[in-house]
Amino acid sequence: MQLKRIVFFILASAFALLWLIPLIWLIVTTFTEPSYYMSIIPKTPFSLQNIIYILSAAPFGRYYANTIMIVAGIFCVQCITVTLAAFALSVMNFRFEKLVFFLIFVQIIIPNDVLIMPNYSTISSLGLIDTKLAIMIPFYCSAFGILLLRQSFKTIPIALSDASKIDGCNLMQTIWKVYVPCAKPAYVSFGLVSISYHWNNYLWPVIVTNSVNNRPLTVGLAIFAKSKEAVMQWSNVCAATFIIIFPLLTAFLFFQKQFINSFVSSGIK
Amino acid sequence: MDMAVFSVYSFPKKDRLVKNRALTSQQTKKRKQSWKRDGIACLLLAPSLIFLTMFTLIPIVKSFYLSLMDLQLGMKKPIFIGLDNYTYLFSDPLFWKVMGNTVLFSLLTVIPSMVLGLALALLLNMRHKLTGLFRVSFFSPVVMPMIAVASIWMFIYMPDAGLLDQLLKSFGLPGQIFLQRSDTVLPALSVVYNWKEAGFLMIFFLSGLQNISTEMYEAARIDGARKFTIFWKLTFPLLMPTTIFVSTIALTDSFKLVDHIAMMTEGMPNNSSTTLLYFIYQNGFTYFNQGIASTLTVILLIIMLIAASLQFFTADSRIHYN
Repeated sequence: MQLKRIVFFILASAFALLWLIPLIWLIVTTFTEPSYYMSIIPKTPFSLQNIIYILSAAPFGRYYANTIMIVAGIFCVQCITVTLAAFALSVMNFRFEKLVFFLIFVQIIIPNDVLIMPNYSTISSLGLIDTKLAIMIPFYCSAFGILLLRQSFKTIPIALSDASKIDGCNLMQTIWKVYVPCAKPAYVSFGLVSISYHWNNYLWPVIVTNSVNNRPLTVGLAIFAKSKEAVMQWSNVCAATFIIIFPLLTAFLFFQKQFINSFVSSGIK
Repeated sequence: MDMAVFSVYSFPKKDRLVKNRALTSQQTKKRKQSWKRDGIACLLLAPSLIFLTMFTLIPIVKSFYLSLMDLQLGMKKPIFIGLDNYTYLFSDPLFWKVMGNTVLFSLLTVIPSMVLGLALALLLNMRHKLTGLFRVSFFSPVVMPMIAVASIWMFIYMPDAGLLDQLLKSFGLPGQIFLQRSDTVLPALSVVYNWKEAGFLMIFFLSGLQNISTEMYEAARIDGARKFTIFWKLTFPLLMPTTIFVSTIALTDSFKLVDHIAMMTEGMPNNSSTTLLYFIYQNGFTYFNQGIASTLTVILLIIMLIAASLQFFTADSRIHYN
């Protein structure tokens, strides 16, 4: 029995190590002096020169601001559209419910990534090419968010909304004061999914943007990593990669338990 | 980490039935009178439906329409050419090479990432001191952008100085040029993909495992079943609905993820790493041939629909276990 446990631990740790090596290498390379040969054991003392270099060599500050604006912009609008739609679909019994569900289902099975070509021509006919709005607008409706919140709204007792009506709330006030606060956990999991998805998105932003002012971090990184100055300068590319993944990774390290649990319990069964 | 993670399971089949049964005649009457309610519901849904129509429904219809047209760079108006785009593609060896790559990439990613995902979930489900560390190591690739993951692995695969070649050298083996050889490039890319995807699929398996009631395990243990038997006779069958759901996600993900291809190989060498979505991207945004890109989009749409219906028709199996 004891032997079995030891074998299990060794196996599991080997697995974990296999998963961690690329990350460890990334962090080690970011914080040591550049060298031609790769190594996961630091060979030179701690150094910030790679980070300092890439912050001056490429407009990563601008890319950062863009990414934050895009991610926040999408999430704010999504919260509004998704809340209203989820309320209609969970509480009201209306005539075209089935049709609406069908439309939502279509978005679930056909991801936006597949529709890059027609969506590009829509954006271009709207005159939005190379704007932040172009990156955000296709994601303003989230079928995933609607279904997630609907699930959560359904668990809220109707008596609560009746009580708010008696207290003189109109429909919007009832949604805002009763439904939204009660569904906080659902908003948190939706936020996690939405923010990490759009922080990480690459294909769509690379298609609709072509200037520094609108590019997000992912596109900035790809351009930097493929540029001539960066060839074989992997300490610099590592530093660039590190600053991109840093916020989500630290957030994840601190809240890993809640993060995973929110995924596990977010209605994805 | 995806918008399309919701399954048809959350489709309100079951609770709709319950709701209909619960409708009393009085409520039905009320419902009939409620034009006002329908109006409000429409208003509430309008913002979502506008964006849904603009960026999902119309684009789907548009793809079908443009796939019947000749529309290339410099042409002001599309010209109707019927199914010529399709016959052109079906006679083009490059198209079949791309389809072959797409299928091969799916084979190299769907099953391995699912097996890995299940293995990782089983590791995490046994609670012990190292659970936190495992959780961090397996899930951290999921929160990273694919483009960042690709940039790390690009250097790991780098000939001579890269991490992998250094490792091979330390065993006295010759270095390899994984990403520049047409027979190794897709397997090399699929390793990167599996490394990232396994942690994501793990989440669904973990949630499936945690939904299995502990009473069943206790009953099996009292009956004297061995751990291995418990897994094959109890855990595995009960996880079947999750597995079907996860297989759809894994399949659609393998078709739609191209960030690492764009970053690491750009379809090289000799189109050996060009998959369908990357081919759409190339045709649309490098060669500016909208007609062909739309035709390819339609083909990918049909593949996605088949993948989704696979899940839809097997979703019923879930009911037996609940």
